[in-house]
Amino acid sequence: MGALLSLSVVIVLVLIALAGVGGADLTLLFGVVIPYLAVATFLAGVVYRVVKWARSPVPFHIPTTCGQQKSLPWIKHSRLENPSSTIGVIGRMALEVLLFRSLFRNLKTELREGPRLVYGSDKWLWLAGLVFHWSFLIVLIRHLRFFTHPVPSLVFLIDSVDGFLQIGSPHLLMTGLLLLLAVTYLFLRRVFIPQVRYISLPADYFPLFLIMAIAASGILMRYFYKVDIVKVKELTMGLASLNPTVPEGIGTIFYVHLFLICTLFAYFPFSKLMHMGGVFLSPTRNLTNNSRMERHVNPWNYPVKVHTYEEYEEEFREKMKQAGIPVEKE
Amino acid sequence: MELKDLLSQKKTSVMKRWYDLIMQTYPAETAMFLQAEKDPFANPVGSTIYRGMEGIYEGLLRETDPEGVSGFLDSIIRVRAVQDFTPSEAVSFVFLLKDVLREELKDDVDPEGLLVLGSRIDALALSAFDIYVRCREKLYELKANELRNWTSKLIERAAKAGGRGQ
Amino acid sequence: MAKAKKPPKPEELAKIDYSPPETGWMDTPAVFKPGTFCYGARPKYLEEVGFPNPREWSSADEDWKLPENWKEIVLEGLGDRLKKYRSFHLFMDICVRCGACADKCHFFIGSGDPKNMPVLRAELMRSVYRKYFTTGGKLLGRHAGARDLTYDVFKEWWYYFYQCTECRRCSVFCPYGIDTAEITMMARELVNLLGCNTDWIAGPVANCYRKGNHLGLEPHTIQSNIEFMVDDIEEITGIRVEPTFNRKGAEILFVTPSGDLFGDPGTYTCMGYLMLFHELGLDYTWSTYASEGGNFGFFTSMEMAKRLNYKIYAEAKRLGVKWILGGECGHMWRIVHQYMDTWNGPADFLEVPVSPITGTRFDNARATKMVHVVEFLADLIRHGKVNLDPSRNDHLKVTFHDSCNTSRGMGIFEEPRYVIRHVCNHFYEMPENTIREKTFCCGSGSGLNAGENMELRMRGGLPRANAVKYVNDRYGVNMLANICAIDRAALTTLMQYWVPDVDVCGVHELVGNALVMKGEKKRTMDLRLEPLPGMEEEEEEEE
Repeated sequence: MGALLSLSVVIVLVLIALAGVGGADLTLLFGVVIPYLAVATFLAGVVYRVVKWARSPVPFHIPTTCGQQKSLPWIKHSRLENPSSTIGVIGRMALEVLLFRSLFRNLKTELREGPRLVYGSDKWLWLAGLVFHWSFLIVLIRHLRFFTHPVPSLVFLIDSVDGFLQIGSPHLLMTGLLLLLAVTYLFLRRVFIPQVRYISLPADYFPLFLIMAIAASGILMRYFYKVDIVKVKELTMGLASLNPTVPEGIGTIFYVHLFLICTLFAYFPFSKLMHMGGVFLSPTRNLTNNSRMERHVNPWNYPVKVHTYEEYEEEFREKMKQAGIPVEKE
Repeated sequence: MELKDLLSQKKTSVMKRWYDLIMQTYPAETAMFLQAEKDPFANPVGSTIYRGMEGIYEGLLRETDPEGVSGFLDSIIRVRAVQDFTPSEAVSFVFLLKDVLREELKDDVDPEGLLVLGSRIDALALSAFDIYVRCREKLYELKANELRNWTSKLIERAAKAGGRGQ
Repeated sequence: MAKAKKPPKPEELAKIDYSPPETGWMDTPAVFKPGTFCYGARPKYLEEVGFPNPREWSSADEDWKLPENWKEIVLEGLGDRLKKYRSFHLFMDICVRCGACADKCHFFIGSGDPKNMPVLRAELMRSVYRKYFTTGGKLLGRHAGARDLTYDVFKEWWYYFYQCTECRRCSVFCPYGIDTAEITMMARELVNLLGCNTDWIAGPVANCYRKGNHLGLEPHTIQSNIEFMVDDIEEITGIRVEPTFNRKGAEILFVTPSGDLFGDPGTYTCMGYLMLFHELGLDYTWSTYASEGGNFGFFTSMEMAKRLNYKIYAEAKRLGVKWILGGECGHMWRIVHQYMDTWNGPADFLEVPVSPITGTRFDNARATKMVHVVEFLADLIRHGKVNLDPSRNDHLKVTFHDSCNTSRGMGIFEEPRYVIRHVCNHFYEMPENTIREKTFCCGSGSGLNAGENMELRMRGGLPRANAVKYVNDRYGVNMLANICAIDRAALTTLMQYWVPDVDVCGVHELVGNALVMKGEKKRTMDLRLEPLPGMEEEEEEEE
């Protein structure tokens, strides 16, 4: 049900762009006003959310330790899984953010016939997640060529690596396809694994459909309904240089693509997609495990009512004396 | 064909249907996990049930008496005795086998043969009920033990202390 | 084939009877099934520590006798905690419901209840958070995964957040490190604002506050309990060890969970400590005031935990010791390692711990000034300062259970294994994904080790028991060693249900058995006063 609802919202979004540009010819609105609004919402929203999180302090030092602590010098300490220094934490976070270390942990032991334990693993989620996020990033970087002049050589390099298969014209870029495949896999597992379906909300399906539609419209535009790239760049450069112009005659499909991206940008800060920023703030991952070495201060630590030794002795003095346990007051 | 050979020939399909039926006694989200997850350590419930079923079926095939398969019955019932099942639900899986066999063998075995098989499964069911009660008794015993572990220690020490005081 | 009319097939019955209603989780209220929840806290316990809403109530009742404005109290408390804990705030927001945690919880694995999936357990609270604290939730309601806080929802929280042992296994597998324990802790704080604790937790808290330990042992009882152990040690070794209590000027204060002072097999572990410290000639003291390392306050609220934990540093200061040594315990070490200094430090009146025997400076504890007894012993063994005869444990085939708290909230993995390998000859690991940071909980942690929820405990402990069964079948393992007081009590019961031929012990019980003491008589008994197999025969062979 959540999936259908989300799908219909995305379809409506596509229809809005089609009607707005194809029907009513509102190119200025869809080409300039909405993109600016979306980017502004994105920036302001992300800053707002991150600042809001950051304003909640980290009262306690609570890393989840996944390896041997640093204790005696002759015991091998696990520097990345249980870091005791900032460098270790950077390493741990890098593994987490770049390679999804924790998802990779989905390791399984399979007991097959015979006496040997066979270690297999359930790494599909990890693989799909990795392909999805990396493809997305590369696609994003590739798009910089629309917003820079001269285009940095890095973008060209990525472009040529991405299209190294040299199939078709223009060359097939793998990441676009991989992105679409990965996002489809992520959707299918949400539908077909009952546990995951049970926990899924519309807010889980919506971004998947949205990204699916963005990738699909991009691919359509590049390979099938080709649009005038020179004019597109004129528009995008205008946006980037804060000197917007709307050239005539860019295909409607471009505006659909752009509108969906704008929706994603505007939606981003209000959604679970903020996990991108949140992962860096996660106290179970970004803290060193050195809480017995260095004192960690809780900014809102406050005095509490305690039961003092004096009160305790007052109650049990006679019993203590009888038992020969030393007391403060005889 | 002899009943024994027939049972051994049909083992795969019977086991599958029986397992599926047992899985249906769990919520759908759970059933999927129990069926999909093959690692016996990540999925002790599913694997214990499956191994127990195999043992019971083998016992049936070899015409072992109920005591011979009680270990396998025990392994399944021990799990179901602590899950959210009523007593009848907990042991119902034995009757499910009866049903599966009736469906699977109806064209190959005469009613009399089915009847024989049916009464053997009934014997298993009776044994299952005994085991269920034992498991529940064990739970109450454990509760009582934990309590007694505290109090008996007190009494024991009080007695010792009294003895020493004199 | 014509069929006579038949009664309903079992499979039809099965479908009718057992399958859950086809409703989403938001519309399926918690059913309080006997054996899966604890009794409500008695008013006297709440009164003793000044907790709100003390009253006679039962968690199985319809009416929980909540104050009129219960909803405001909960929501205000929730908002307050969002501002105080980044972990909580973040974990309310960033979950993408990928499901990686779903099958990692021992309660889900053992019970199959979908609400025991960590993600769904957290969603029970997130849904309310969205409704009252996010714009999307306010506007879109259900479509944004938001729902009202109702009486049923409150009860559902209580039911399921007392079905989480705060073991943190899910947080190991979460790509963002979302730790359900953090959410459970907050949920328990919130239900405690309305006086909805469990009796099994509230009782020890009240005891510990006034008497210094969970069991409510008074000073003379602590002393006499230890005296009994001293008698037993004398019977076994011929040596009379002489522990001291509340002694000023001792070098070291020793703190251990009170479970070690009373219940078996904890007492055998305690005998191990007594023998080791005697043999080393350690200048240490027990305290009757700070006679509890564990902290059931931690399963109630951070504030209560801090109030109980206060005694350890206060007593160290009063007695003028140099540093503190801590016994084998799980959540005690989570607290000592990650919370104590922050709550009640700085411990600037203590010195950086230095082993008086080996001279090793425990730099890893330089701020907190508290050393784990297993770290301390591993250092001694490394320096060859203790004489051990592992063959006395030859009748045991040992495996080691990593306790959740010391594994995922500290990382003490190698030290206990190093010690075990030196005190016994037969050690076998359980399968790789059930030990170390992936260890399975005993199913009774975080104050769930009551009697009335036995079924829940047995389910939750099934994954652990199943791994023990594997090494029992394969290697004949008959002893499950651990470094946690709750484990010692809970695993004993768990084994009796699932793997009856496996017994449970603390690491220091094995140490006590293997320890060769100066001037001891020939050992014919182990610390349980049971005959030591093989020892007589060996003697004959030698002679």
